[in-house]
Amino acid sequence: MKLDKKSFSKELTRYRIDIPGFTAVWLIRIITYAVLLLLFTILGKIFFEGIEIINWEFLTEVPKNNMTEGGIGPAIIGTLGVAFLMILFSVPVGVFAAIYINEYAENNFLTRVVRISVNNLAGTPSIVIGLFGLGFFVLFVGRGIDELLGTGLLFGRPAMLWASATLAVLVLPTIIVATIEALNSVPASQRAAAFGLGASKWQTVRDVVLPQAKPGILTGIILAVSRGVGETAPVLFLGCAFFLPNIPLAYLDLGVFSIPMVNPTEQFMYLSYHIFILATQSTNPTLTIPMQYGTTLVLITITILLNLTAIIFRYKFRQILSDVKKADNL
Amino acid sequence: MKEVKIKINDLSVFFNYIQALNNVSIEFFSKKVTSVIGPSGCGKTSLLRTINRMNELIPGFKINGEVVIDNIDIYDKKIDVVNLRRLVGMVFQRSNLFPKSIYENLIFAPKLHGINDEKELKEIVEKTCIRTAIWDEVKDRLNENALSLSTGQQQRLCIARALSVEPDILLMDEPASALDPISTAKIEELIFELKNKYTIIVVTHSMQQAARISDYTAFFYMGQLIEYEKTTKLFTNPVNKQTEDYITGRFG
Repeated sequence: MKLDKKSFSKELTRYRIDIPGFTAVWLIRIITYAVLLLLFTILGKIFFEGIEIINWEFLTEVPKNNMTEGGIGPAIIGTLGVAFLMILFSVPVGVFAAIYINEYAENNFLTRVVRISVNNLAGTPSIVIGLFGLGFFVLFVGRGIDELLGTGLLFGRPAMLWASATLAVLVLPTIIVATIEALNSVPASQRAAAFGLGASKWQTVRDVVLPQAKPGILTGIILAVSRGVGETAPVLFLGCAFFLPNIPLAYLDLGVFSIPMVNPTEQFMYLSYHIFILATQSTNPTLTIPMQYGTTLVLITITILLNLTAIIFRYKFRQILSDVKKADNL
Repeated sequence: MKEVKIKINDLSVFFNYIQALNNVSIEFFSKKVTSVIGPSGCGKTSLLRTINRMNELIPGFKINGEVVIDNIDIYDKKIDVVNLRRLVGMVFQRSNLFPKSIYENLIFAPKLHGINDEKELKEIVEKTCIRTAIWDEVKDRLNENALSLSTGQQQRLCIARALSVEPDILLMDEPASALDPISTAKIEELIFELKNKYTIIVVTHSMQQAARISDYTAFFYMGQLIEYEKTTKLFTNPVNKQTEDYITGRFG
C-alpha cells in the first residue's frame, strides 16, 4: 500500500476493533472472576458454617457421643505436635543439604543427578511416601531400635514420631529447593567481599550468605509445614487414631518437677484425618456436619496463618535483596 | 629508597585453558601507588586477583610462575590463604558492603581474625574511619544500615573495611569507575593519603586517573606486560609504540 498524505491521516484516525484481542481479554477476565468466586464461595461457606460451632469447648474438648458432640482438642494438639516434630526433623537436614549442594558440591554429573532427584521427590505421590514411612521408619528403624534396646514393641509401631519423620521426608524437597533458591539469590559480590577480607568458605556461608538468605529459607520452611499439616494420606497408616479419649502424655522428668508433653511414641489424632472420619466413618454423618465445618475452618485457619507468615518473610527478603542489588548496580 | 614489596616472576594464568596472563614479570614497590592500565580483557584484573589468590575461587584456574611477597612465595602449599588475604586487602569495582550496620561492616574482618574485645573493636572502627577520612560522616550513624549511605561513601567505607585488619598491601579494582566526579576525587585523594602506609595497586580504565594518583604505571596488552615505568615517564615519553598508541587514545 502506498502511503500518501491523505490516506496516512485516514489510517491514523481509523477506528479499529480488535475482535480477537477483545475476546481474549474478556475471556481471561471472566475465568479469573469465576475462579475467585468459586474460592470465596467455598471459603465463605466454610467460614460462616464453621464459625457457629467454634468456641472454647470445641477447641479443647475431646469428641463425645460417637463424634457428634464435643470438640477436636486432641486433633489440634496432635496436629501441632506432628508439625513441631516435622520441623525438627526436616529443617536441619533440608537446609544443610541445600547448603552442601549449592555452596560446596562441585558441579558434576553426580550433583546434577542429586538436584534432579530432589525435584522429582517433590512430585512423588504422598501415599507412596506414607508407605515408605511405614516400611522404613516403623518396620525397619523402629523395630530395629526395639531389638537393640530391648524395649519390646515401643518404637516398632505406628506413632507420632514416625508420622512426623515421614512427613519430614515429604516436605524435604520443598525445603531444599527453596533454600537453594534463597542461597543462589545472594549476589556473588557479597561472597567476594567476605573472601577478600580473609573469610573462609564456612565463615562466608555462615556470616554473609545465610543471614541474607534467611527470610527466603524461612518462607520455604513455612510453606513446607503448611503443606505437611494439610496432608492426610501419609499419616493414614502411621499412627493416626480414629479416636483418642485422652492425649497420651509422657512426663519429662527434671528431678524436682516433671513437664507433661505429648508422647511421641503413641498414636495421635490429626485434623485432616479427623475431617475424613467425621465425613465418612461416623455412624451418623449428617449429625457431624457442623463438626466437619468447624474442623475444616480450624485447619484452613492454621494453613492461612502459616502462609501469611511466609508472605511477611518474603516481603522482608525482597527488601534486603533489593537493597543489596541497588548498591551492587549503581 | 625503592623497596620491592611484591615480586612476580614469569607468571602465566589460565582459566579453562584460556590464557589470561602470559609470562609476566613485574615488581611492585613498597609504599608506592602503582597503576595498571590497558584495554578490557588485557589481564589487569586477573593480575590483581592473583596477588591475593582470589582467582582460586574460579573453577578451571591454573597458574605457572611465582608470586613473592616479602620474600615469601604466596602460592606455596604452606601459606594460609586466610592470613594472606588479611595482609592483602582488596577493594572491588562496585561497593559490596554487607546489608548490616556501618559498625558491623567494619568489625566483620577483625572479628574473623579473632578480635572480640568490644573496646578494641570500637578503637579499630574509629581508627580506620579516621584514616579513610569518613569518620565525620559516619560517627553519628554507626548503627544505621550501611546501604543507606551514598554510593561514594559506600565505596570509601569499603576501603575502610579493607583497612580494618591492618593489611600491608591494598588492591583496588577500578575503585572509582562507578562513581561521580566528586566522589572519584575523594577516593583519589584518599589513595594519595594512604600510600604513606600501604603498598597500593590500582587497576583503572582512566588514564587521567593513573596519571594523577600513581607513582608507577604498568601497561598491559593481551595478557602481556608491555611497559612498566615511572608514571611521569610513561605518560610523557613512552618507549613502546603500543603504549604510545594507547595513551594517546589511538586504540583501546
